[in-house]
Amino acid sequence: MICEFSPITVHGYVDGELDAVRSADFERHLENCAECQATLRKVQSLRARLQQSNLYEYASPQLRERVRRHIGLAARGVQLSGNLQRRFLIPVLAGLAVAAVFLIGFFLVSPDSKIAPITAELIDAHVRSLQPGHLTDVPSTDQHTVKPWFDGRLDFIPPVADYSAQGFPLLGGRLDVVDGRTVAGVVYGRRKHLINLFAWPARSQSRLSDASGSRQGYNWIMWRAGDMQLCLVSDASAADLRELKNLISK
Amino acid sequence: MLEPQDKTRFEQLVLPHLNSAANLARWLLRNRADAEDVVQEAMLRAYRFFDRFRGGDARAWLLQIVRNTCYSWLEKHRPAELMTEFDEDLHQRPAPNPETLATQADERQQLMRALESLPPRSREVLVLRELEGCSYKEIAEVTGIPMGTVMSTLSRARERLQRALVSAAAKEAS
Repeated sequence: MICEFSPITVHGYVDGELDAVRSADFERHLENCAECQATLRKVQSLRARLQQSNLYEYASPQLRERVRRHIGLAARGVQLSGNLQRRFLIPVLAGLAVAAVFLIGFFLVSPDSKIAPITAELIDAHVRSLQPGHLTDVPSTDQHTVKPWFDGRLDFIPPVADYSAQGFPLLGGRLDVVDGRTVAGVVYGRRKHLINLFAWPARSQSRLSDASGSRQGYNWIMWRAGDMQLCLVSDASAADLRELKNLISK
Repeated sequence: MLEPQDKTRFEQLVLPHLNSAANLARWLLRNRADAEDVVQEAMLRAYRFFDRFRGGDARAWLLQIVRNTCYSWLEKHRPAELMTEFDEDLHQRPAPNPETLATQADERQQLMRALESLPPRSREVLVLRELEGCSYKEIAEVTGIPMGTVMSTLSRARERLQRALVSAAAKEAS
């Protein structure tokens, strides 16, 4: 029997994250699907092993004490304002706080900085594609035309599907060059916006991770699916991009 | 700087989740001493940024800060661990020392090593889900993974853990 549920559904079921209707559907399906039953047993036994093995690490009393002490110190800064000498302390503390904010900001954005050059290139490629005659090499709304077109031009198979029903019609495909390599460009529409999906084989040691952001007014989402690196770029909203990403990831 | 009443709110809302913070950091850094330093730093950050907390899920809010602090720390001190995040074949399991070999049969040790052999992005969703009991929504909030892909990320992570356990058991048998 062919299982009509995605193999990950069982995880949503075990985690209680399916809605009532889907959960009931899946339960009915489970009765007859040996494969899903086996996965279910595996996931449940893994959970039981993890939860029964005392793996949870509690904060030690020393850590608790350290944290309380540090927060106590930080808080006293507010109450210092009484005397002159202490008044001098406040600008110093404020300066330190500002420096800390900058440092933290630096740490928070630093993972992005590694993908910044590549997203800049992808956004340039997106902008280039918007120029007349550059959007598609194979203009077609039929995935069975676009997909074979890539075949023979690339040594990998980019994901191509038409999502017209979900509001993202397929418009065509194109070859592009990014980061010194040939990448697939798959073009989707979203109302009046154009969305480029860039796809290329991920390097095994690639440091690109799942990330998203905006630059020059364009939104982008980068993620990895299997051994493929994917990136959506568009002036459509970040929410639209996320929606399309979820469709592609299905 | 926080007003005294904010300090009280912080103590009531955030400090109770110190165990969650310690647990996540320990599993991300695979070492308790480093985890304690990082948790202390993260708690301080949370305290400084507490005026930005707009209510809602305080545990998820704190864990997000703990996670970011852990990744910054890893980036600085052990960048190699982050590089192999999608490539489990490259991820060498630490060589077992004689002590751990002696207790190889121990179920807890086995699970611990298997979990530690996973890339951090797999490890964190398992810890959040199975040890911390987070919902998918909370996992998405803490890790920044889109809500729609939490399920598939978890399914991948569970498969990896399963494989790591099986291969550890096979090694032991041989």
